[in-house]
Amino acid sequence: MSKTLSTAPLNRHHLFDQVFRYTTLFFAFLVFALLAGIITSLIIGSMPAIKEFGLGFLVSAEWNPVTEKFGALVPIVGTLVTSIIALAIGIPVSFGIALFLTEMSPPWLRRPLGTAVELLAGIPSIIYGMWGLFVFAPVFAQHVQPWLKATFGDIPMIGLLFEGAPMGIGMLTAGIILAIMVIPFIAAVMRDVFEIVPPMLKESAYGLGATTWEVVWNVVLPYTKIGVAGGIMLGLGRALGETMAVTFVIGNAHQLHASLFKPGNSIASALANEFTEADGELYTSALIELGLILFCITFIVLASSKLLLAQLKKREGKVT
Amino acid sequence: MKLQFGRTLIAAAVLSLSASASAFASDITGAGATFPYPVYAKWAEAYKAKTNIGMNYQSIGSGGGIKQIKAKTVDFGASDKPLTPEELEKYGLTQFPTVMGGVVPVINVDGIKEGQIKLTGAVLADIFMGKIKKWNDPAIAGLNKGVALPAGEITVVHRSDGSGTTFLFTNYLTKVSPEWKDKVGSEASVAWPVGTGGKGNEGVANFVKQIKGSIGYVEFAYAKQNKMNFAQLQNKDGVFVSPTEDNFKAAAANAQWDKAPGFYEILTDEPGKASWPITGATFILMHKSQASPAQAADVLKFFEWAYASGDNMALELDYIPMPDSVVKLIQGSWKANIKGTDGKAVY
Repeated sequence: MSKTLSTAPLNRHHLFDQVFRYTTLFFAFLVFALLAGIITSLIIGSMPAIKEFGLGFLVSAEWNPVTEKFGALVPIVGTLVTSIIALAIGIPVSFGIALFLTEMSPPWLRRPLGTAVELLAGIPSIIYGMWGLFVFAPVFAQHVQPWLKATFGDIPMIGLLFEGAPMGIGMLTAGIILAIMVIPFIAAVMRDVFEIVPPMLKESAYGLGATTWEVVWNVVLPYTKIGVAGGIMLGLGRALGETMAVTFVIGNAHQLHASLFKPGNSIASALANEFTEADGELYTSALIELGLILFCITFIVLASSKLLLAQLKKREGKVT
Repeated sequence: MKLQFGRTLIAAAVLSLSASASAFASDITGAGATFPYPVYAKWAEAYKAKTNIGMNYQSIGSGGGIKQIKAKTVDFGASDKPLTPEELEKYGLTQFPTVMGGVVPVINVDGIKEGQIKLTGAVLADIFMGKIKKWNDPAIAGLNKGVALPAGEITVVHRSDGSGTTFLFTNYLTKVSPEWKDKVGSEASVAWPVGTGGKGNEGVANFVKQIKGSIGYVEFAYAKQNKMNFAQLQNKDGVFVSPTEDNFKAAAANAQWDKAPGFYEILTDEPGKASWPITGATFILMHKSQASPAQAADVLKFFEWAYASGDNMALELDYIPMPDSVVKLIQGSWKANIKGTDGKAVY
């Protein structure tokens, strides 16, 4: 009897399990290896520029390939400003879309609307860039920019943001195109996390006489805040690193202006524009250092959002 | 970041492609400038049909082409900007021009007909410096008596990507404006004092078309195919000329190639009544010492054939072929410079 219960198949299974386990472990560690490899090669590549310019690279607005004097201030500011504009427009709109889809939309409209949002997320970025340049920019220059100028142009401080000829391209246009690009990402994530809120929680709140807004603000959002923050970070990540669409509409000038109508530059678009023809070690190295800075910005943003969430979690349940 | 990774991937792909290509002795490989890519591709196709020898050209940009030929991963490199004789010496390279093109200032000004506005080099430099801000500035009006110039602001449009076109344009401006030479200089990309950057010729062309009162510069082929409004320029002899094939040829014919070591000749601001002032050639780079003379001979045979039979293909694509006298000089330089490791001339 005991012979029929052979241990061979069991051993074989055990072996398979082990192999499977280590294979997946290997794949997982491949991610670490890639990340480390990329960081290392970025640091090595940017060493000549780091040695030459030091920390001054971060605060110098000069970018002169002829004299080989490089500073990253213009692209850093451009990257941050366009991303902030994108989020300032993108977050409220995405929130509205997600809220409508989960709480207020008639059931027959939900699917087509949701699919449309997902389709928008799938459009390649160069299409957004071309659309921005050929369709959006002329309309923006003729109708929106003159209006902005007339409305806000005379207000002190704020007026500075809308100075200059309405060309249809520049920092503001880039920010708006980025907003359109990140909305589907943020909206899709927000909708998904809003949907997992247990109906019992919402129904209890409605039962107590809360309005839709109160339910969303006091029940749904606190319940889903990690997911919502994740969606926003996903959008921010896309905005920070977006290359083609921004290149088309930002104006690509290494100049620092207060006005959002003026052309600027972002890190990703400077890289896309200049890498191919960058000759000379220092020039290439300065571009690689720009890449390293973008990497750091993304890392800092990600880390600080995690920290923020951890802080929020700690305060949970305490009297507010 | 994403882009950085992509670049590395592309570089790896190019490397592996060229490596695998050079394994077949029959195919020749090159990499570099984007500007001559269409004509090189057309020549390659016709040459392959005739001789069954393929030519694999990667248009990765002049900077990339120089890097690749230095690293010897390709049989030849291509650059819009010639290397100086000192640089050639340092890297053991030799170079020769293949085709020429011209750069054209394109404008979008209300009420101005094609070629109606005339500019001198100095005025063009002042516009791109941001010193001349309006179309009816006395400096422009003085050159264009009888033309109704609008009062609008000038918007300068330049290339945002590094480019041989920018190199030629800024090289011309350094020759005609001492101030431009001091403050900006000449490179594939420069620190523009004013203006908006468009990516590629098509980017500049689009911005110029969309922005009223703008001025930019594009390759001649691009201006012609898009029927863009251009400005006439005053050449070194004081004549106002339009960008035409004949005027580019005149500039090339008036260049003193025989007195330029290593063909280091930038055809901007050439003398001659008909010369278009912003003309330039694109160059091929090869190692002087060839480990595989047969492969180098294949490359030179390809270009010999291109000079002999490729002129019409070049003209169809709005490139200007090299004059026959220059081709003779080039072939002489092949004999003198490109040798096998045994010291025997390859060509």
